[in-house]
Amino acid sequence: MGVGQDQQEPEVSTNGSLHTVPPLRRIVVGHEVPPIRVADEYGDAGAVQSPEEPLRLPEDQLGPEWYDECMRTESLSIRFGEKEAVKEVSLQVNAGQVLALIGPSGCGKTTLLRSMNKLVDLTPTARRTGRILLDGEDIDLFDDTQLRRRVGMLFQQPNPFPMSIFDNIAYGLRERGSKRPRKKELEPVVVDALERAGLWDEVGDNLDHPALSLSGGQQQRLCIARSLAVTPEVLLLDEPCSALDPISTAIIEETVVQLKDEMAIVIVTHNLQQAERVADQVAFMYLGDLVEYGSAVQIFNDPMAERTKDYVRGDFG
Amino acid sequence: MDERYLGVFDESDDKSKKEHPTNRRVELMLGALASLILVFIAGMVIFVFLKGLPSLTGNGISWFGGGGNVDEQLTNIFNSPAEPENYVYELNAFPLLWSTFLIAFVAVCLATVISIFSSIFIVEFAPRPLERILEPVVKFLAAIPSVIYGLLGILILVPWINNTLITEDMRESVRYVIQLDGTSVLAGVIILTIMILPIMIAIITDSLRAVPQVWREGALALGVNRWRALRTVSLRAIRPAIVAAAVLATARALGEAIMLAMVTGSIGFAPNPFDGFLFFLEPSRPLAATIVDGAEGLSVEPFGQTMYAFAFILIISTAFLSFAGWAARKSLSRYSIGAK
Amino acid sequence: MSTATTRKRKQAAVRRTRAAKPKKIKSKDSWSIGDRIGVGLAWFFGLMLCFIAAAIILYMAWKGISFINWEIISTSPEASLEQSKTGGFLDPIIGTLLLTIIGAAIATPVGVAVAIWLTEYGRPAPLARFVEAGIEIIVGAPSIVLAIFGLLVFQQGFFSPFSFTAEGGEVFGRSFFAAGAVMSLIALPFVVGGTREALNSIPRHVREASYALGKDQASTIRRVLLPSSRSGIATGSTLGMAQIAGDTAVVVVLLGASLQIAPEGDVPGLDVLKGTGSTLTSFVFQNSPAGEGNAPDKAYAAAFVLLSLVILLNLIVNRITRKGKQVWG
Repeated sequence: MGVGQDQQEPEVSTNGSLHTVPPLRRIVVGHEVPPIRVADEYGDAGAVQSPEEPLRLPEDQLGPEWYDECMRTESLSIRFGEKEAVKEVSLQVNAGQVLALIGPSGCGKTTLLRSMNKLVDLTPTARRTGRILLDGEDIDLFDDTQLRRRVGMLFQQPNPFPMSIFDNIAYGLRERGSKRPRKKELEPVVVDALERAGLWDEVGDNLDHPALSLSGGQQQRLCIARSLAVTPEVLLLDEPCSALDPISTAIIEETVVQLKDEMAIVIVTHNLQQAERVADQVAFMYLGDLVEYGSAVQIFNDPMAERTKDYVRGDFG
Repeated sequence: MDERYLGVFDESDDKSKKEHPTNRRVELMLGALASLILVFIAGMVIFVFLKGLPSLTGNGISWFGGGGNVDEQLTNIFNSPAEPENYVYELNAFPLLWSTFLIAFVAVCLATVISIFSSIFIVEFAPRPLERILEPVVKFLAAIPSVIYGLLGILILVPWINNTLITEDMRESVRYVIQLDGTSVLAGVIILTIMILPIMIAIITDSLRAVPQVWREGALALGVNRWRALRTVSLRAIRPAIVAAAVLATARALGEAIMLAMVTGSIGFAPNPFDGFLFFLEPSRPLAATIVDGAEGLSVEPFGQTMYAFAFILIISTAFLSFAGWAARKSLSRYSIGAK
Repeated sequence: MSTATTRKRKQAAVRRTRAAKPKKIKSKDSWSIGDRIGVGLAWFFGLMLCFIAAAIILYMAWKGISFINWEIISTSPEASLEQSKTGGFLDPIIGTLLLTIIGAAIATPVGVAVAIWLTEYGRPAPLARFVEAGIEIIVGAPSIVLAIFGLLVFQQGFFSPFSFTAEGGEVFGRSFFAAGAVMSLIALPFVVGGTREALNSIPRHVREASYALGKDQASTIRRVLLPSSRSGIATGSTLGMAQIAGDTAVVVVLLGASLQIAPEGDVPGLDVLKGTGSTLTSFVFQNSPAGEGNAPDKAYAAAFVLLSLVILLNLIVNRITRKGKQVWG
């Protein structure tokens, strides 16, 4: 249907040439998303679309270029005192997609994530250089609280506040500005957030229950609902399932996949299978460098960098 | 494990069998000593009660009531005839009780508010150099002996109140009842607040720092500003600690004798709330200060017994406060973290 | 779900995300008036604390230094109608030092013993809880109450050798002994606290190592645990001393309020203990407008010496805690 090229093997072409890959190679991603054509996810007819061409793919073969950029980092470096945690990373987060940050521990993926909603600035020794842009605007130009309402975050350990379920979810909406919305106005929002987080069925009967009495998986979904209530554009997830049992993990992964339609999602995970399950785009980091960035199918099936190959195979981690 | 690490290992200690008998003896001796302390303390409460009992029984419930000039009554008690059956016990201690309660209550309320704000400042908003200074500052304020607070009060604050706050009209309006000279409830409250601040600040800063960081991060990640995050999450979480701090501060405030004796005046007078603002400027004398004032007369029987009755009231109140604080902490712990 | 719906959903979703973006609000909107008042008050009270402390320190230093001189420290106070002849406050200084030493000397061994029993033995458990509660009661009790209780005790016939006893058998009950004993009660909780903290910070494996070598509990305590707890004990003791030095109520009730140290009896040394005297605290109290003397400059001078002593003791405590931090293997 579309303009087709060799359809048997995925081919990658980027702005820089990468056909010979020394062990540690940084891929600097420029402004445009590198057109990646893959075989599996989008079917044989998956084709490279240049931006000028009107979209004519069948509905189930929408390529990645359909997605607009939501957030972007440009040569972002973060250091804590003398130690460099993130070294000149440039990548892109697209609306409607899940970006997974993978890599062994200590590689800087969590630091990178936390810089995207300026939480890293809370550490006194942190120094950040380079830019982060949200919808084209530099995040340093607006207030921390503004940024964090548009870029939400979920933490490794579920951290519901010591309040009722309702108060937890309504928290973000109540504590902004001077006018405190009435409970009646908040109810539909809370219910909606609980539904989207997949928790409504389980707790809908009593929202005044203390949040701390929920199970771990439920608490984490409560935190998701809490973040959703303030309608963010981007949701950052910092290893959200690492403290949970497999069943809760599965539920949350399903929720994530459903949520990506509404917002951009960035998830840090050390679980490669999880990344394979949920991610659309993957960024592999090692010791602060961004080693490879590409689509999930490409990274997991045919990564370009040696190191990526080793990591994905499980040689280290 | 070599011998040097353990300190001493000489022949006299090297016995192959464990010395249970000696250990048991040591344990019993130490236990006896500890129990002795306990007996001593229990004895203190009981003796004070017994010694003060005649004053309480001699008046019945009117001991707590008002009416009459309490200073006159105290003088009468002091001057009562030497025979035990003619002892005078009549006392209406209300002015003293009211003064004690009033000064302690207002001081603790003020100190709670101020200490919460100060603690928030120390933990959250103070720039690094200030934060480092504030810790020794608080310790310094805690270490100042109460007599020095009293000295500064009586030589600086009291004259200032007398000259600046008390106007001639005010003096006129109460001339037939009481003389205003600067020694006042206000002076007592101000200095007492400063004295109990360090205790409360120490407890509240400790518990603020103990609030799990994850809650703070979670609140900030939702786009809530630092003050709101503190107020809605951390302050709620440390409510038991605030209660505990307030209880400790109240116990301290009730027992403060010397400073208040110097600064609130030596008149057993119950300030009248209906006098308006004036009422803070009237002199007064709480229980503990009354005991200090009456210290010389302790050997005179009925007078001494009256003083011991006061002491008993004080000890019962402090014990009651501890219990109330403990109960409050338990009921709040459902949603919040406990106090240290 | 059908592909048409998927696509529509995706389009709608991306549109929705775009539409949901709020207008960029001025940054100050995220802080309401109430919030700003709150932060303002926090700053205000925080700074006010610093100012008060600075004011107190500077004022005391100024007043103290302006009135203090060698003569005042080294001469004894005299009762006199003329201000210039009332002498200095040598005796009060000695009184303070004496009481502090007596109090600490009694409180330290007793406190260490109680602390050892509480942490290392502590059986039966209810008794231990009661003892802890008892210590808490002492901490919470007003010192005036402890003082008059002490008077009650020392006026009993049994304690007549400890203070002045009149011919009729009436025991005065006021002396350095009496005051020192009650002061030790005041210092006791500090010693117990400091020792307990030090003992609790010794990890279990040290005790186990000692038991493994065949030493019983008592000698473990004596040879191993106590020497390592020295800094904790010193801390508690010094804190107790600072508390004693600053206390006025006990002195007013139990020291007899004689201007000079008035020894009692014939045995040298012990007669001082049996006798009465005054301390810096009672001196300040008496010389302030609240007492009889009304010599504010002497009061300031004495207060300055007292404050310096208390601060010195607290600084010593800081030094001990810093140096005493031990690293366990």
